[in-house]
Amino acid sequence: MTIRTEPMTVNVGPQHPSTHGVFRVRITFDGEDIVEVEPVLGYLHRGTEKLAEERNYVQVVTLTDRLDYTSSMINNQAYCLAVEQLLGIEPPPRGKYLRTLAAELQRIASHLIAVGFFVQELGAFGTPLMYTFRSRERILDLFEMLCGARITVSYMRPGGVFSDAPTDFWPALDQFLDDFEGELEEIENLLLNNEILMVRTRGVSPLPADVAINCSVSGPVLRASGINWDWRKMAPYDAYDQVEFDVPVGNTGDNYDRFWVRMQEVRQSLRIVRQCIAQIEPGPVRLELPMVLRAEPGAEAYGRVEASKGELGFFLVSDGGVSPYRCKIRSPSLINLTITEHLLLGWKLADMIVSLGSVDINMGEVDR
Amino acid sequence: MNGCHLDPQGALGGNPLFALIFNVAAYVLPCWLAFVIAGLVIMLILINAVLLGAAIVSWGERRLLGRFQNRVGPNRWGPFGALQPIADLAKLITKEDIIPYGADRLAFTAVPVIMVASLLVATAVIPFAKDVALVDLNVGVLFILAVSSLTSIAIFTAGWASNNRYALFGAGRAVAVLISYEVPVVLSLLGVVIVAGSMSLGDIVVAQAVPFFLVQPLAFFVFLAGMSAELNRTPFDVAEAESEIIAGYHTEYSGIKFALIQAAEFGGALFVSGLIATLFLAGWAGPVADWLGWLWFLIKTFIGIFLFVWIRSTFPRLRLDQIMTVCWKFLMPLSFINLAVVTLEVYFLRDASGALSTADLWIMTAINIPVAVVSIAFFGWIIRQKVRDSSRTTAAASPVVRGVSTIEVG
Repeated sequence: MTIRTEPMTVNVGPQHPSTHGVFRVRITFDGEDIVEVEPVLGYLHRGTEKLAEERNYVQVVTLTDRLDYTSSMINNQAYCLAVEQLLGIEPPPRGKYLRTLAAELQRIASHLIAVGFFVQELGAFGTPLMYTFRSRERILDLFEMLCGARITVSYMRPGGVFSDAPTDFWPALDQFLDDFEGELEEIENLLLNNEILMVRTRGVSPLPADVAINCSVSGPVLRASGINWDWRKMAPYDAYDQVEFDVPVGNTGDNYDRFWVRMQEVRQSLRIVRQCIAQIEPGPVRLELPMVLRAEPGAEAYGRVEASKGELGFFLVSDGGVSPYRCKIRSPSLINLTITEHLLLGWKLADMIVSLGSVDINMGEVDR
Repeated sequence: MNGCHLDPQGALGGNPLFALIFNVAAYVLPCWLAFVIAGLVIMLILINAVLLGAAIVSWGERRLLGRFQNRVGPNRWGPFGALQPIADLAKLITKEDIIPYGADRLAFTAVPVIMVASLLVATAVIPFAKDVALVDLNVGVLFILAVSSLTSIAIFTAGWASNNRYALFGAGRAVAVLISYEVPVVLSLLGVVIVAGSMSLGDIVVAQAVPFFLVQPLAFFVFLAGMSAELNRTPFDVAEAESEIIAGYHTEYSGIKFALIQAAEFGGALFVSGLIATLFLAGWAGPVADWLGWLWFLIKTFIGIFLFVWIRSTFPRLRLDQIMTVCWKFLMPLSFINLAVVTLEVYFLRDASGALSTADLWIMTAINIPVAVVSIAFFGWIIRQKVRDSSRTTAAASPVVRGVSTIEVG
């Protein structure tokens, strides 16, 4: 006797507990196995690129906050680098260090979210997520001291940062770093060698290095596949040429490797923050610039950073006006989503969520 | 008395509370009405006790989870937030009762009722204190197994009737898990019944001169694991895996129906913890005072609940195929080992009348604890290889994405 079966198409998202916002993917299942994948994007499209053409160069900074809202500092940095390149200016050293410091703190915060939700999607009910968010809250508190905002920081400006850190910021930062060592150890003890986490993620959805390159993914996802590729090392910006750090690289590019690379990067970011504190010297934090910036007509610039999710680039074209003629955003989350089909096809429903989580997308950045 | 007679040997007549109510009511009412009223009062007590217990468990679980997770938990309404379940219930009752378009209305509505009813009926045979079970059935263990497996039918009906694909996923998973885990659970209970020499839960408590979690640690382990699977609790909670399939079989349930399903779930945790206390932790037997039996029972029950909450807050979830592997390749052999060892021990240790003395139980404990440690370690080692292998085979089966080039990676 044969039992007639038929595939079943399910809309995962845009309203689903673990699609990181409003990501929608139409999946056809054969039982629990995935046979067809079709991502549907655009539910969070806000026209950031078009809006940027209507703002002046400084005002666009506030738009970048809302791209990947879990790493706004790094978005600020990428945009400011692009504008500086367009104008041919360079921020003073203290400004550079403050940017590097803020960006690395943001990277820690962003990776903590990524790891927390990754384990949440594995089914650990809240506990690892709360552990990571406890530390992230402290970082957001530090941002509040820096610039008065926690998420939409708008801390950086073309030519530096908008204000120096208050005096009580430095002891608070030291206190956080000391506490965070212990908290990080706690998270690592809970997760890194967790048997269930290992059997769920090891060997699941591996991404071979050649596929990763062909899909032009970047960031932790690329490094997990075994490729040493980090813009902080390859084209150092701000103060990254002054600090020492290692680039953790994975092996097979499976879900565990992507998770592992993030955990290691948190440690490296801590190293960078500590070096920044040791090296930073008093001085101006921002260049004296006119209120409204203008670039040469026809000038073009591409500023890129190693954001928490991959290469974040801003391509700016000037027509000599007060605002960019064109602002193209190369967002890592969108490009990293090109591997969706490769990650999901042939795997099970339970692995699908975890694989998506291991890519760590942010819809604000995907749809822009 | 107006000539009414209650059979003291009957299942209900043997219950002192039932007999008391019956006799009082029989002074003024006809016999059949007194019988019905006594039954209704007993039911009222049972339903309220179980549902109140479920409410307390839901509050306790949320508070505990809060502590485990570095947060506060519900603390606004009542002392320490203890009235939170009432607030939740008030909210759920006043919500719109939605039956989705295309759902099978009758089946959809019946499910919460079946779930709560099977829970209540199963709870009736648990002895809360010495001689205080609503019904002390002589086939109590069998009865519990039979009634509690009604849940799997209810869950499958829920998934099927909801006209929702996530619910269908959840239902399919739940039935697979529930049916598989029934087998090792039954086998582990067989060991308990063999040693106690009775299926009545009251007799099993009396037989525990040494608590059975010491006498049969393997059975205790298997039962605990099997019951967390039957309760849909991490690491076996695939049936309502929130991050994957929203809420599984009860995705479409809202309002009072959702409240009933939740009551059945938290009540289920209470019931299973009570069962563990009865079967493995010597039930109402305590260090002093038999009349304090209810207290010892409650303490032991809450130990069980604490254990479940602790596990839930710590572990991630296994995949469905891994859960099946754990069941058939890990828990099954363990329960067979337990059954074989216990049977042999009972065969050689029992006296002429077939009874076991306390000294015999201690001898069994001395043998079984090393056996449990060794076999859990051995099969644990095997299962690690198995589960990792199963991950690897699926990895090989994954298709290759289109247009792969052979770029040299430096």
